Parts: sequence; C-alpha cells; structure tokens
Amino acid sequence: MAKLELQNLTKAYSQKIVPVKDLSLSVEDGEFLTLVGPSGCGKSTILRMIAGLDQPTEGRVLIGGKDVNPLAPGDRNIAMVFQSYALYPHMSVQQNIASGLKLRNLATGDIQKRVQDASRVLGLDPLLDRRPAKLSGGQRQRVALARALVRNPDVFLLDEPLSNLDALLREQVRADLKQIFEDQQSPVVYVTHDQTEAMTLSSKVAVLSDGYLQQLGSPNEIYKTPANRFVASFIGSPQMNIIPLERVNNAVLLGDSKVDLPTNLPAKSSVIMGIRPEHLRLPREGDHQIVQGNVFLVENLGMSDLISLRVHGDDNLTLRALLPSDATWSRENLKLALPPESIHWFDTETEARLN
Amino acid sequence: MTTVTKPTAPTPSSTSDSSIPWKRILLWLAIAFTVIFSLAPVLWQVLTSIKTNAAITADPTVYFPGLDQLTARHYIDLFRENQFQIYIINSALVSVISTILCLALGSPAAYALARLRIPGEQLVLGAVLVVTLFPYILLFLGLLEIVRALGLANNYLALIVPYTAINLPLTILVMRSFFQQLPKDLEDSAKVDGYNTLQMLWQIVLPMTLPALVTTGILAFIFAWNEFLFALTFMTRESMKTIPVAAAQLGGTTLFEVPYGPLAASTVVGTLPLVLLVLFFQRRIVQGLTAGSVKG
Repeated sequence: MAKLELQNLTKAYSQKIVPVKDLSLSVEDGEFLTLVGPSGCGKSTILRMIAGLDQPTEGRVLIGGKDVNPLAPGDRNIAMVFQSYALYPHMSVQQNIASGLKLRNLATGDIQKRVQDASRVLGLDPLLDRRPAKLSGGQRQRVALARALVRNPDVFLLDEPLSNLDALLREQVRADLKQIFEDQQSPVVYVTHDQTEAMTLSSKVAVLSDGYLQQLGSPNEIYKTPANRFVASFIGSPQMNIIPLERVNNAVLLGDSKVDLPTNLPAKSSVIMGIRPEHLRLPREGDHQIVQGNVFLVENLGMSDLISLRVHGDDNLTLRALLPSDATWSRENLKLALPPESIHWFDTETEARLN
Repeated sequence: MTTVTKPTAPTPSSTSDSSIPWKRILLWLAIAFTVIFSLAPVLWQVLTSIKTNAAITADPTVYFPGLDQLTARHYIDLFRENQFQIYIINSALVSVISTILCLALGSPAAYALARLRIPGEQLVLGAVLVVTLFPYILLFLGLLEIVRALGLANNYLALIVPYTAINLPLTILVMRSFFQQLPKDLEDSAKVDGYNTLQMLWQIVLPMTLPALVTTGILAFIFAWNEFLFALTFMTRESMKTIPVAAAQLGGTTLFEVPYGPLAASTVVGTLPLVLLVLFFQRRIVQGLTAGSVKG
C-alpha cells in the first residue's frame, strides 16, 4: 500500500523515437488507473518503467514517496501480470505462485498460507500440482494473477492481461478482476487498448496518444467531457460522429439544418462538432435542432440498430445513430434530434474541447 | 472407400482385386528399405564381431551363423590383450570434458549475443560463423606446431582444447537461436519476482534450456568421440590413445592378416556408448530439435 507517483517521466530511445513524453500523474491507494491508447502510444513502456524493467531517460518514479529509480525491479515490491502470463514452465502451479515469496525468505508456513488464500480466491485448488503446459488459457491467467496477489505488493501492474483470452472468457475474467481488485488496497496500474476494459474496471483512466497524456479522469468524465478530438473518437463504441464544419454567425450548417453554437465559443471561422451515435434520437415534442436524411445502412446490434444516414443538403455528410430496435422509423427522410447538451465542440486547429 | 483401377493403367497390376491397400504396402516397403539400407552396415559389423574367424572368411558368406560359428572371443581379446578399457576411458574423458567446456563457455556467450545489445554484434556473429568454415586440415597443421611448441603431445589438453574450440561456434549459434525464441517476458517476470541475474539464469533460464543443451551437447560429444586425425597425431603413447585410433591400429598376428573380428568388435564397442547416449536422451533431443516450432 503506497501512493505511486510519476514525475515528468520521459523515455527516449533516440532523438526521433520518444515513446513517453513528460508524463506526470499519481495513483492513490485503492485507485485503479488504466492506461489506454492505440498500439504504440507508449503505455507498455510506462508500465515497464514503473516496474524498473526499463530506465526512464528523464523523470522519476516514486512509490510511497520514495524515489525507486535506482532500485532493481525485485526491490521495488511491485507485482506484475504479463500479457503472455510468463509462468515458469518447469514449475508446478504451486511453485509458480510461491516463487516470489521464497526469494523473500518468508517462513514456509506463511508462504503456504498465502498460497492457499490466493488459490482459494481464484479457484486454483485442484490445479496446484499441475504444470502450466497442462492448463487452459483462462487457468494460466488466474495463476499469473495469483502469483501477483500473494506478494502483497505496494503496486500492482497489469499489462494487457486479458488480450490472450477469447471474447466470452474475457468478459467473465474482467468481472472477476474487478471484484478481486476492489478488495485490494494497493494502487493498480492496468494497461489495455480495449476501451471497454478501461471503462468498466477503472476508477481513473489515462488516455494516451503519441507519447502524450491526452486526458486523465474518471471513466465518466472521459466519456462525458472528452478533452479533445482524439479522446472523443477513441473512447465510446460505436465511435462518435466527428464533423468539421464552417461557421455561419453563431451557428453551423449541418446539410440543410442549422445547429446553434453555445454562446461562449471563441470567434473562429470553423469548428468541429462531435455527437455520439447513442445521443442522436428520434424527435420528441419541443426538439428544435433536427437533422434530416436518408438511411443507407442498418446494422443490427441486438438491443439497438446502428443506422448510417446521409444528410439532406450535403451528400458527403454522414451521421451514425443508435436507435432502439423496437422503435419504428422510415428509411427515407428520417428525422433525428440533436440534443444540444450532448454535442461536443472542438477547436479545428488545436483539437481541444471548446464547451 | 473403393479404389477404381483404370483399364489404361500403365502398370501391369492385377485387375481382379481392388481391395489390396497398395498405398500401405508401398509405405511399408519404403520404410523397410530405408531401415535396411541404413542399418545394414551396422548389422554387418555386429554379425562379424560375433562370428568365429573361420566363419568370417568362409565362402559362401555365412549370413546366419550356427551355434558353433558364434564366439565372444573377439570381445574378450579386445579387453584382455588390447587393453581396450584404457582407450574407452581416454575417449570418455576427452569427450565429456570438451563437451562440458563447450556448453559452459558457449551458452553464456550465446545468451549474451541473444539478449544484450552489444555493439558490433553482427561482426561477432560473422566471426563465429567464419570459424566454422576453416578447412579442418588447415587447423590441423597449425595446431600441430602449437602442440609441439607447448609440449602438449600425449596430454589430454592437446585434444580437449581443439575439440572444444571446434565445437564452440556450433554451440553458440544453436544456443543463441534457442535463447532468442525463449519469451523475454519470463525473464522480466523473474526480475519483478526478485530473482537476481544469476538466480534467474540458473533457476529460470537454465531449466528451460535443457533440451537445447542436451542436443548441442550430444553433437559435440559425438564429434569428440569419433575424431581421428588429431587423436592419431597428438597422442603417440599407447596409454593415451582414444578408441578410433586404437581400433585402427589393431594388428593381426601376421602382417598380411586383416583382423576382421577384432575390428568389428572394437567398432561395436566404440559405437555402443553413442547409441545408449542418444537413446537415453531421445525425448529431450526431439524437444530440442522442434523447440520454437510451436508456441509453448
């Protein structure tokens, strides 16, 4: 249990290859921080620097207020779960889980007890004498987790632990993970490229792109008030409609329809509008911002239909909207309401949030 | 399943019965041929080694000797008169030590080449590869001078050092490619668990490397066990000779007699340890040869 702080962390392999640029953030006890971003955004490098497997070019990693930069990975009291699980193939499950404890010269009784506790929580009791080669993917995953849990580390690091599991199992293990780490007091840093994992598991999400921290906040904040165009398009599925538009006085023209701008926007000639497909809806009484168009594609997602609409007045302009599958609507001249409170505005040049 | 025999088939095979499993028969014929072709010389040696001298030279050749044509005489002579146990010990000593040296020196070098970022790594690898290209006979002439200058003749070192040196490049190259396909996550995981570098290499990397070590070790051992030219030249004292040399120098009772029986017996004695070694480690060797083909 200790606060994890990253101060001005930078990693450069060469002048041009700089996967992490001046990153500062902190993770308190009991917090679950997810680093999320497309591949190559530097998230795994950050994790490896926290673990001590890579040395930062600049900046410091502090655990519990102590600078751990000079410490070897084994002396930092961290536990890490790898994407490939990294179980020792020549050891039984029991030995795998106990390996880190044995190196710390714990009493045999204590080791036994901790291994038993972890194995009970993760349901590994019948597997303790097996070798990793005789386990299924999900079972290996749980052994890797158990190996991290028994250590009682100051910080948990998880590097895409679910990406080698099939879709069904992933959902189940994700729920298990959430429960397990809710009981843990230590900070958790979790790396993933899957936004669903980021949203469901974390208490705090850091969206990374191109080595920079784009936004740090609760999953709710990230979803409701994305800080810039990248975060807006990266978080949320199906993806947000993002439309660069020319400004006409205090409004923009979306095909034939006019959408009012909020009053506090800076006076610039163009602006980017963003609206999530799930926020576009069939018009109700009192809706005054309405867009009209022809549907050219309907994708059935089960509980809702994802429809693609070509807006009247501009053939290049398409919008995607999620409509409940029990709603009735026509493919021609479909009208959709744009609730003003769900529209995001971004600057055309800086791509930063405006409203 | 039915096989349809076309009337225009070029083979004059019987058109009456189409249920004969030709494919299977052909397969087994091919297997039998291959086995006989590879094992016949060995079997011939074994057969010769247990036949009496009269049976060996008999015309027509005795393929299935009767009880009175069998003898253990050649083997007994090998150990009673020719002191073959000394040569076996010499061979074993030289081969085992050079194999162990080879693995002990080659594996760390291979690990360093596989994992560390060494400036000029490609150059080192190139140099290692070039060493394997030297004609054996060229090395031999140089080594002869060195052995003479250092006074190493009739010393085990005169064989151990060259054998180790000759096998090192292969060991390094094979072990390096094996280390490269070991997942790096395992080593990272060991570091996070608190293993220091030595513990990690000894307790995590080494156990996973065993199949490759056994495979390259056996190759090195076979080379050292069978080597003839160095052993012939550098070892002149009778008590220092190795099996291949001793076997070649087995003499008959007269100058014109070729001692077929003892020769065959010494061949069998010389081959047996290798066969046993390979059989014993068979499973590990197969693992080693196929390592990396399937994701573990």
